[in-house]
Amino acid sequence: MRFTEILAFAVRGVTANKLRSALTTLGIMIGVASVILLIAVGNGASQSVQQSIAGLGTNILTVSPQRAQAGSTTKPLTVADATALADPVEAPAVKSASPVVSASATASHAATSYSVQQFIGTDPAYFGTTNSEVAQGALFSTDDVRQGRKVVVIGATVATQLFPSSQPVGQSILVNNIPFTVVGVLATKGSSGLQDADDIAVAPLSTVQNALAGYGSLSQIVVQATSADKLADAQAQVTTILDGRHKIGYGQTADYRVLSQEQLLSARTATTDTFTVLLASVAAISLLVGGIGVTNIMLVTVTERIREIGIRKAVGARRGSILGQFLLEATMLSLFGGALGVAAGFIGSGFTIAGITPVVVPSSVLLAFAVSALIGLFFGSYPASRAARLRPIEALRHE
Amino acid sequence: MTARSGSTRGGNTRSGNTRGGDTRPVDTRAVNALAGNSLAGSAPTGSASTGSASIGSAPGGGAPVIEVRELRKTYGSGDTAVHALRGLDLVVERGEYLAIMGASGSGKSTLLNVLGCLDIPTSGRYLIDGIDTSEFGEAQLGLLRNRKIGFVFQSFNLIPRTTALANVELPLVYAGVRRAERRARSMAALRMVGLEDRAGHRPNELSGGQQQRVAIARALVTGPAIVLADEPTGNLDTHSSQEVMGILDRLHASGRTVVLITHEDDVAAHARRVIRVVDGQIVESRTAWGVPA
Repeated sequence: MRFTEILAFAVRGVTANKLRSALTTLGIMIGVASVILLIAVGNGASQSVQQSIAGLGTNILTVSPQRAQAGSTTKPLTVADATALADPVEAPAVKSASPVVSASATASHAATSYSVQQFIGTDPAYFGTTNSEVAQGALFSTDDVRQGRKVVVIGATVATQLFPSSQPVGQSILVNNIPFTVVGVLATKGSSGLQDADDIAVAPLSTVQNALAGYGSLSQIVVQATSADKLADAQAQVTTILDGRHKIGYGQTADYRVLSQEQLLSARTATTDTFTVLLASVAAISLLVGGIGVTNIMLVTVTERIREIGIRKAVGARRGSILGQFLLEATMLSLFGGALGVAAGFIGSGFTIAGITPVVVPSSVLLAFAVSALIGLFFGSYPASRAARLRPIEALRHE
Repeated sequence: MTARSGSTRGGNTRSGNTRGGDTRPVDTRAVNALAGNSLAGSAPTGSASTGSASIGSAPGGGAPVIEVRELRKTYGSGDTAVHALRGLDLVVERGEYLAIMGASGSGKSTLLNVLGCLDIPTSGRYLIDGIDTSEFGEAQLGLLRNRKIGFVFQSFNLIPRTTALANVELPLVYAGVRRAERRARSMAALRMVGLEDRAGHRPNELSGGQQQRVAIARALVTGPAIVLADEPTGNLDTHSSQEVMGILDRLHASGRTVVLITHEDDVAAHARRVIRVVDGQIVESRTAWGVPA
């Protein structure tokens, strides 16, 4: 009894009932495809968050004010603090420190008005620190900050909202009814998962303090370390300088806090991780349901063919050949369904789903394929081996 | 020769595969006898001359083809035990044409199933071509069914959705016969039952009589020592019954041993000897003409 003969029997068994074979294949295909696709969606979401972390830079610290302990005075963060942090002697690991104030602002141009998510005032070093590049026009200069000129650089989202059909550079917009001139448009940075990084407008610090935010505390100071490796050094130096300037004693709670970008974004990463786990469990359930479908069909297939097994045994088939035939049938159905599922998963992941570009995880392809194949094999082989063990007369009498 | 190497290899390697406890190696003598007979010895089909030659060349030529001693088969146990066979003795000589008659539940079907190695007796000895089967395991019984026995069922038992030719080829596939030889022998067997032109038809495209003739072709394609038929005409009309009995008559005429079960006297009249089974024992043995035998 050669293998090719058993294979021929198995092929004949699969093709004998085409509808049932097709449905079995379909069940496996849907299970495999959904696992691949849903994990790809989750993975795509978390990758876009990771990219936005990388886009914001890994060598950045954010200093922001924080309410101090009761009894002690809370000193505001000032421009002088920012200047002190940029001292190359006191803080050699710090490359630059940009003071930032933010304001809520509604910008309008002609009849269009738009509420900008982040309207911030800062100095030109901020653009380098946050990897912001200009797409059109130019950035404002240190001179603009010194002079308090009413110029603004807008993000791509703001530009398309206010200037859907015209060039924004050189145009005048009203920000809370104060006229600003658009000098540049920033290059697109994309979504950071939960926030649109392009929904931004940046103006000189002095202008924003003067016109919009007032001269109170800075919202934050964005500090750039000389390199990602020096981030911890920079954090220590920033803490030392600010403790001195704000007179924070040992053991006292500071009236500011220093966070790295990664720390800020780790919360967002945790959110998308939850999202991925949720999707993966939904996918696992669909694979399980698919597997139960396969099991059911395999059981029915074998039970229905116990008589055939009896006939084969009556003419001299050995247990091994019968078992081999049914295992091969199950394997062929599983492999074929699995291959179709992988194909469907890859095709599906080419589309953008709910604003997320899915990224296929190779291990999920392997896992889904292997699990579906094993389910088919195990639940196909169990009833087949039981039937193959029957005496021919028992199998022949089976109704 | 393909058949010989296939069977010997199969017999030895599969013996470890048998059901719990029965792991002893295959009885070499039995396997040699099996491999040496029928398949290896017989040319295509069981046509008249070659059939006789095959039988004549079989080892243990002097022994009866079937010898049954003190055969018992009990279903269940204790008070509810059903004794289908109660110490039955039977000898069938080479080339005999035997009909088994009896009422429903008399044990005649159980007897035929044991003779066909489809069922295992509770106790007693069953020698086929002089080979004792009582110690045989599953693999060796499979080999016996494949090489020595052709079984024809009342309900035909063809594999559905499979062509007549593929059905007839089935025992040869399990015997390890090569494709070309298999095809030639199966076509010859189909020719013998007059269904050569229906080789490509599936069972559901054939009449009951044609299906039974395909089943007979399958039973004789390996050139078996015995052809067993369990009520072969039970599901057939008169015309088809006559065709089927005509084929069995020809098998007998060509020297093959034929044992069949029937309820009908006119079917039993084809046989040379008739035995009657009552309550698991043979109560009468006579020739077809009524003379006790």
